[in-house]
Amino acid sequence: MSTSQKPVLDVRDLNISYSQGDERPTVVHGVSFTVEPGEVVALVGESGSGKTSTAQAVIGLLAENGRVESGSILLNGEDISRWSARRLRSIRGAVVSLVPQDPGSSLNPVLTIGAQVREILEIHGRLDRREADRKVIELLANVGLSQPELRIRQYPHELSGGMKQRVLIAIAIALRPALIIADEPTSALDVTVQRRILDLIDDLRREHGTSVLLVTHDLGVAADRSDRIIVLQGGRIQEQGRTVDVLASPQSAYTRKLLSDAPSLAAAKPRPPVEPGRPAALTISNLVQDFSLPTAKNFRAVDNISFSVARGTTHAVVGESGSGKTTTIRSIAGFQKPTSGEIRIGDLDVASLRSEALRQFRRKVQLVYQNPWASLDPRQTVQAIVEEPLLNFDPLPRAEREARVRAIIERVGLPATVLSRLPHALSGGQRQRVAIARALVLEPEVVVLDEAVSALDVTVQAQILDLLAELQRDLGLTYVFVSHDLAVVRQIADTVSVLHNGRQVDYGTVEDVFSSASTAYTRELIDAIPGQKFPRAELSRQP
Amino acid sequence: MTSLDTFVHLTTTTTAESSSRSDNRRDVLSILRNFPYGLALAWLVLALVLLWATVPWVFTGHDPLQGTPGGQLKAPSALHILGTDSLGRDLFARIVYGAVHSLSGAIAAVGVGLVVGSGLGLIAGSVRGRVDEALMRLVDVLLSIPTLLLSLSIIILLGFGTLNAAIAVGATAIAGFARLMRSEVVRVRNAEFVEAAFGSGGTFGKVLWRHILPNSLTSVVAYTAVQFGWAILQISTLGFLGYGAPPPTPEWGLLIAEGRNYLATAWWLTAAPGLIVVAVVLSANRISQSIGRNSR
Amino acid sequence: MTRYVIGRIGQALLVLWAAFTLSFILLQAMPGDAVLIKFLNPEFGLSADQVAEIRAAYAVDSSVVVQYGHTLVNFLQGDFGYSLQAGVPVSAQLATNLPPTLKLAGLGFLAATLLAVFIAFLSSMAPFAWLRNAIQSLPSLFISVPVFWLAIMLIQIFSFRFRLVSVINPGPWESLVLPVATLAVPIAAPLAQILIRNIDEIRTRPFVAVARAKGASETRLLWRHVARNAILPTLTIAGVLFGELIAGAVVTETVFGLNGIGGLTEKAVGNQDLSVLQAVVVISAAAFVTINLAVDLAYPLLDPRLRTGQGAAA
Repeated sequence: MSTSQKPVLDVRDLNISYSQGDERPTVVHGVSFTVEPGEVVALVGESGSGKTSTAQAVIGLLAENGRVESGSILLNGEDISRWSARRLRSIRGAVVSLVPQDPGSSLNPVLTIGAQVREILEIHGRLDRREADRKVIELLANVGLSQPELRIRQYPHELSGGMKQRVLIAIAIALRPALIIADEPTSALDVTVQRRILDLIDDLRREHGTSVLLVTHDLGVAADRSDRIIVLQGGRIQEQGRTVDVLASPQSAYTRKLLSDAPSLAAAKPRPPVEPGRPAALTISNLVQDFSLPTAKNFRAVDNISFSVARGTTHAVVGESGSGKTTTIRSIAGFQKPTSGEIRIGDLDVASLRSEALRQFRRKVQLVYQNPWASLDPRQTVQAIVEEPLLNFDPLPRAEREARVRAIIERVGLPATVLSRLPHALSGGQRQRVAIARALVLEPEVVVLDEAVSALDVTVQAQILDLLAELQRDLGLTYVFVSHDLAVVRQIADTVSVLHNGRQVDYGTVEDVFSSASTAYTRELIDAIPGQKFPRAELSRQP
Repeated sequence: MTSLDTFVHLTTTTTAESSSRSDNRRDVLSILRNFPYGLALAWLVLALVLLWATVPWVFTGHDPLQGTPGGQLKAPSALHILGTDSLGRDLFARIVYGAVHSLSGAIAAVGVGLVVGSGLGLIAGSVRGRVDEALMRLVDVLLSIPTLLLSLSIIILLGFGTLNAAIAVGATAIAGFARLMRSEVVRVRNAEFVEAAFGSGGTFGKVLWRHILPNSLTSVVAYTAVQFGWAILQISTLGFLGYGAPPPTPEWGLLIAEGRNYLATAWWLTAAPGLIVVAVVLSANRISQSIGRNSR
Repeated sequence: MTRYVIGRIGQALLVLWAAFTLSFILLQAMPGDAVLIKFLNPEFGLSADQVAEIRAAYAVDSSVVVQYGHTLVNFLQGDFGYSLQAGVPVSAQLATNLPPTLKLAGLGFLAATLLAVFIAFLSSMAPFAWLRNAIQSLPSLFISVPVFWLAIMLIQIFSFRFRLVSVINPGPWESLVLPVATLAVPIAAPLAQILIRNIDEIRTRPFVAVARAKGASETRLLWRHVARNAILPTLTIAGVLFGELIAGAVVTETVFGLNGIGGLTEKAVGNQDLSVLQAVVVISAAAFVTINLAVDLAYPLLDPRLRTGQGAAA
């Protein structure tokens, strides 16, 4: 790319504010950057960093209460920030287009795929109907959809998430725009699908010479896919530069923190190997779980899974959506009866337990959910939430109960002042700490963590992972850690089970599975971890 | 009780948050600008009507039942601010003294619907299975008969009168309450925090009391307010048709019916009581809306 | 699919049967002979044979169970017994009163739909926030107005004050203007509320943002993407609206002194005419159940998500 060419996008001193009641807080402060022709620029940041607002402003799609306060947005040299809605419409889709975040809700459920792809041609073009139909089929074939003639008559609900994202990409490239804004294009997709979609965007970009503004929270994705990186925090640019340079020698402290907290990029401290001969805290043998469907055939969600977890270690259960990982841990936590097989915790067989025995068993196994917004009762104070498990068992005197709540809250790193608050007054990380405190207050032997850090920002995620490791060390806890994120797994687990379509396709120590996966599927999962182009990832993998 | 606690909680936390955000002067301004005038007016209307119902003599010196001879069909004036009816009775006094009939009827009707309906819904949503199936079919049957026809069927059975009209309206409210309560219980039951409560060793009764009921109640309370307004409308309709309180009771629907014969000469006789009904129902709906919004 | 249809029809029949039984228990299990004594009143001018015929028709001499079976069979054959007041078959009364009510209700429903759609889309296109708020508060105002009072006020304003609509000897259509307007208001209100809520909700969906990113105009967004998704769910309240129509017809026909099922019902209650009321109740319930059944069966045809999909994975 030559520097003499004028940039496709030139954002200068952009300020964006949102009206909230009678206040108008500014969320983007003096952001300036350029995107050169054919270049991929990544806007990286955590929630609240202003990355999405910035991208929305570029395509003129700010929410109704949002407003560009000052600054200019030059698209091919023309400032569009003050354009009328009518004039903006003429460039949307044609000069700058959008690949949205959640393919599941980004297609109109009552229109066919064909109609939705054809719409962008109708709006901007003068193609007649037959020509447009031919073009739609060509576009769908272009983005790698099989049987495009069938697809155009289908409705969105008949397609998988990855296929829907391909349709949306077909719409975005239909008119060969100069710039594509990809707003977290793969964060709602499974990791192997994510890789294929990112590859597709890469290929199409190269083919057409389109520029891409990639908005992402995932530094690994940015590292792999971008030419330049812009790091945003709290609406301000912390750092920008060539991706290689930023990753190799980050200038701002915040970037350094992001890099060290990102599991896919961080130099993983290898966990000390578990000494052999530890007793098993949890043993699962030949677990099978069927679900009855309205149609005659039963659906087998989990098919003959066996593993055992030594006391005081962490076992990861890894898989994509539909792999059976959630079903497995719900059986472990006693929320459903296995169809066959055995789940042993200490000397108890979970499957044999009935009502009161099952209730007593809860003291030994506790579950921490993915989403702390949903797993805490919005009407209870933190005190009540953490105290509740104690009230369910042997009655303790009030003073002792309160002392134990206080102790555990302190243990998970929260100040005692949170005790009187309601969950909505806490941040996401604080909320997850409360959920962990609730799980630990009964002093369980096994804690099942269901994607417990997936909903959190990367720096918060790192803090929670540290906390979990510390608690394990001090209290001798056994973890079953469910995740789709292999990078996190490599960082915190001792042993791992890889599930695929309800079967266990790989099982062993993290070390063994990562270095010599026995199945192609596991290999594909490992290869799909973003951030592998980055040289430091190579370094960190060496012992 | 629980719901009231949580209501207070919700309101106190939100005000505490917003006041800590900005300095005092801007606070006064923003309170003035963001003050929910409509909502305050709605509460004011309900409070006033409630006072009419409890201490009507404070608001008017006229007798609602005894007319002034020769003072029939007088237009509104300083003496009779809403004029007089065909028997020379002060219309404003009749409206004030009528409040107790309309309000008590509506409260009784909503009470019947709330207690019976929520009870059925709670049972259906908690027990599930066959009981749920049977109760919901019963609710379907109640819903399949248009509400006014159901009220009329009950009235033809029980006879005319204030209390019977209230029962008739209350019976039609049962199905709605039952459906809402059941769907709320089922919704909360499926929430992750309820599973977490079972997961930490809670028994069904404890989880119901601590989590399911408090989280279901907000929408039931909001619905109750809507139903109150609706019951006022229904009772006035029955009164208008002549199935409610007998004359000379100053029930609002009946006032409108009596005024109808003098449309050409004394329009205020129908307009005024109707406007009062509209104001009360609008207020109830506005309050319900604010409760529903708070819950989210 | 066929299993679903059959199951759904069975459920509808069950509800209908239960509604009939409920109305029978409420209205006919009263001391039957006592009301029939009325027919013996010489004022009715019925001969002894006719009275015996009526008694046989009601099976008054038999047990409650036999009466129940008898009435059920009669109802299924369209025989709703005799009006206690008028002494003529209820089915004959219904036949003469149904057409005017259908006309009124049909026109009222049409007007309500137009009014609701007008309010909903106007509110979503209103350029100023205050105007949008004003339009959006119309439905809650409509819902708070007693229908009978609205009818009287319309007469007061349009007939007495402005003399636009004559009350004395109006033409066949002129006489319908105010009743239809009266009926339209309470039906339009819930419809408009649901439409406004759906439109507001659908506009925030990501697929609308995607369409906007294609360069679609606001009009195109509204009609092509928002409207269909917003209108579809309103079908589910069709049954409730039908109930409102019936209630509205009773009140409207009473106030305007029109002939029809509503007026008939009102008189039946006043005269304790149980047979008429029971017939109206059961027929309304049948109509309600049929409407809901039709909506449930038609919905999958209109919403592609509920059609059985083929080949989702590939």
